[in-house]
Amino acid sequence: METQTSAINYLPIVFQMLVALGFVVLTMVLTHIIGPKRKSKEKLSPFESGIEVVGNARQPFSIKYFLVAILFVLFDIEVIFMYPWAVNFREMSLEGFDGLIEMLVFMGTLLLGFIYIIKKKALDWE
Amino acid sequence: MNLFYFVAFLSIFFSLLVIFSKNPVYSVLFLIVTFFTFSVHYILLNAQFLAIVNFIVYMGAIMVLFLFVLMLLNLNKDTEPMKSSLLKIAGVVSGLCLLLTLVGAVKSLNVSEPLILKDPGIGLVKNLGKVLFNEFLLPFEVSSILLFSAMVGSVLLAKKDPKKI
Repeated sequence: METQTSAINYLPIVFQMLVALGFVVLTMVLTHIIGPKRKSKEKLSPFESGIEVVGNARQPFSIKYFLVAILFVLFDIEVIFMYPWAVNFREMSLEGFDGLIEMLVFMGTLLLGFIYIIKKKALDWE
Repeated sequence: MNLFYFVAFLSIFFSLLVIFSKNPVYSVLFLIVTFFTFSVHYILLNAQFLAIVNFIVYMGAIMVLFLFVLMLLNLNKDTEPMKSSLLKIAGVVSGLCLLLTLVGAVKSLNVSEPLILKDPGIGLVKNLGKVLFNEFLLPFEVSSILLFSAMVGSVLLAKKDPKKI
């Protein structure tokens, strides 16, 4: 089953995105037009539970968030490599266990990294 | 072809907005839109795997990292020092040098014969996987070591060792 796809096959996705984005934009614009507005200084000031604003929102925060984010990116790249493998899996399994072993080596190395992360308690929130 | 020119115009427009917007967070948001236009370019070139990777990894993950780096840097107006005029002049001079180099490089380019691909579906996920798991098996496995070292490095840098405190 060899399917030839080209850029024209993405036209339905474009339409779907247009409809989704259009709905969001239309709803937001309509609510802005229809809804009542009272623009006083108190109304426009940002507040949290009626407490006055203290300081700036742009404060440097803990590196732990960044660690979680960068580990997410690394495992995201790992998953990217699995897409072409999964698409070709049926054909490769007909020829033997080569494809399975190739992926096992790849996954094994990354599993080592995962074990390292768990053992170092890098994901624990002190 | 017209679609290509439209998308190319959009990419250049949004990448200029990345440079010219004052707020760095807006810059990052415009960079996301720029990456999206790159994804559209990939789809127009029928490189569907690259388009998906660009969409998931760059637009999703790398941009989150960019935002995190922005937040980690303290870019408030009061902490950001005013750039001196000497620094500005140095920036202009180095930028003009780069422009000169680029113009010289572009002038020395030759227009080659248009490349005609034997297989138009070379960028599809299936064909790419076939090549990746046969001819380029070693780089694929080595990339896992690269990812592993990146994991270890980031954990080592970001994690405090409890014994040393």
